[in-house]
This record gives sequence, C-alpha cells and structure tokens, in this order.
Amino acid sequence: MAIKKFMFVNRKAPYGTVYALESLEVVLIGAAFEQDVSLAFVGDGVYQICKGQSTDGIGMKNFSPTYKALGDYEVTKLYVEKESLEARGLTLDDLMPLVWEDEDDDYAEKPSIRLVSSEELATVFDEQDVVLSF
Amino acid sequence: MPFEANGKTFETDEEGYMVDLGSWEPDCATVMAELEDQPLTDAHWEVLNFLREYYDEYQIAPAVRVLTKAIGKKLGKDKGNSKYLYELFPYGPGKQACKYAGLPKPTGCV
Amino acid sequence: MSTLHTVNKSPFERDSLSACIRLASKGHAILLIEDGVFGAMAGTDHSDMVSGAMKDATIYVLGPDLAARGMSEDRVIDGIQVVDYSGFVELTAKHETCQSWL
Repeated sequence: MAIKKFMFVNRKAPYGTVYALESLEVVLIGAAFEQDVSLAFVGDGVYQICKGQSTDGIGMKNFSPTYKALGDYEVTKLYVEKESLEARGLTLDDLMPLVWEDEDDDYAEKPSIRLVSSEELATVFDEQDVVLSF
Repeated sequence: MPFEANGKTFETDEEGYMVDLGSWEPDCATVMAELEDQPLTDAHWEVLNFLREYYDEYQIAPAVRVLTKAIGKKLGKDKGNSKYLYELFPYGPGKQACKYAGLPKPTGCV
Repeated sequence: MSTLHTVNKSPFERDSLSACIRLASKGHAILLIEDGVFGAMAGTDHSDMVSGAMKDATIYVLGPDLAARGMSEDRVIDGIQVVDYSGFVELTAKHETCQSWL
C-alpha cells in the first residue's frame, strides 16, 4: 500500500463538542496503518492542546494526555496556526510541550509543534493527499 | 460476561474488556487469564504493568506497533519484538494483554 | 425583572455571545459555560467587547469549565466572577427567568 499524506485539521475546542476526541481517535487509527499523518490546529482547535486541562469538575475524561502519545505513533508534525493563537491571547507557552523521540538520534526528544503563519499552513495543505477537517 | 475476583463482581463488555477501568486490581488479571487458560508468569506481568503505566500516562491503550517499540525501549530489544509478545499473548499482545490489564481495546484494533 | 443568560458557545465559533450582549437588557446577568468560557478570557479578540458589556450586565463564568479547558482563573477578564456549580444554582434561583443562547 502506498503511503499517503494525511492532514487532520482540528478546528473545535475540546469537551464542548465531540469533534476533538473523534479526530484524535481517527488520527491514532490512521497512524496504526502507517500513513504519513500530520495535524493542524486552527481556530478553536488550538484549545485542544492547551496545558493544564483538568476535567475532574465536569465529569468528563481528560484526553489531553493522549496528545503526548502521538510521537509514539510517529505523528510528529503538529502545525499550529500563529494567527489563531494570537486571536485567543495565547502563546506557545500556553500549549503542552509535545515532543517525539528520534530513534535514529539516541531517542533525543524533539519538538512536534510547528508554529506557522496562515500563509505557511496553506502551503502545507497543498502538499497533502488527503485533508480531513474536524 | 461479568467475572468474580477477590469476592467482588466485575462487569465486562461483550468482548470481555472491563467496563470500569478504575476498579481493576491485579487479581482481575489473574482471573481473566485463568478463564482463557492462560497462566500469568513474571514475563506476562512485566507487560501488563507496562500497559497500566502507559494508560496512566497517556489515557489510551497503545497499538501493537507502539507497544512493541515502547517495550523494546523499556525492557530491552530482546523483548521489543512481536515474536516475544505473541508467545506471551497468543491472542494478540494488544487485545489480550490490554484486556487482562483492565485497559480498553487498543484504538485501531479490529 | 432580571434574566440570567447562559452562553455555551465559543465566541470565535458562533455569535451567541455577541448576540446575547447586544440583546440583554441593563441589569441582566450573563453566565458563560462550556465552550462559552473562552469569552471570559483576557487578551483575546473578543475581550474588549466583553469588558464593554460589563457596564450593563454582570458577567459570570463557570470555574469547572475553565479548569477542564486549561484556562487559568488568573487570566479571566477583571470584573468577571468565577462561580462553581452551586453558584450556578444560586444564580438560577435569583433570577426570574433564564435564557439559553445556544
């Protein structure tokens, strides 16, 4: 099977709707089939990877730790749109420090998050075989 | 089918995975394994404990490929291969081991 | 007569919050819940609109929904009051009517 480039575009905040969790599950399934998967966090989607989520008070499962497993699934390209962060008064420091381990480099931890402008992100979209929006 | 361990009843789904992941205790693994005629050795427990830790940290049951790689890193290359894991868990290291460890079925497992 | 308005949508995704602010009468209360809590945060593109609305309305935000989303109470717009579930209940009891902006 030829490897295709899949891009999952995350545009919704977590917990209020089920989109974020559904997307994450599909990403993990897609990655299990060894495709070239990358993620984009756009609009309210940037809220999905904010630090310090604690859902005890709302009785829902906190699935933010699962984003930290993406590196294990060889999903190492997480594009975050700069404009979306800025509109929300957020910076990279507000996001979880998501990393992946490079086996070929003695398991060195490398950052997965790539802060990109809208313009740069548009170019990344153009390189994809399949773009799925959640 | 619900099962009994330590004098308590534990609910499972139609595939035998525990419904209440938080209620798991080591005896659950022993009982579920016995029901499938699968004795648990230290080597099995090493994998089950690894899975418990993985779930605590990431809130998911890892796919087999991920499990294999992670075991290799943590417990050594001689254990981080599917041959070793399938010998321990002939029904599939993902499905069978996750079940005994009280985890959900791995995402992406059909 | 005073109304409690609840807004559960992100201001970036729907216009529920701006519509609510535009149409709520003086002296009403607005409670931000679920994804609506993003409207309570300082430094966003909507913060000025929300701050401006506090001249006429009292604004509350539900703490557990902030915490779930990793939004720090320290970064809530000055003057917005953080309430817990019992505070939510009290607000509901205190106002004659409740209007949900879905």
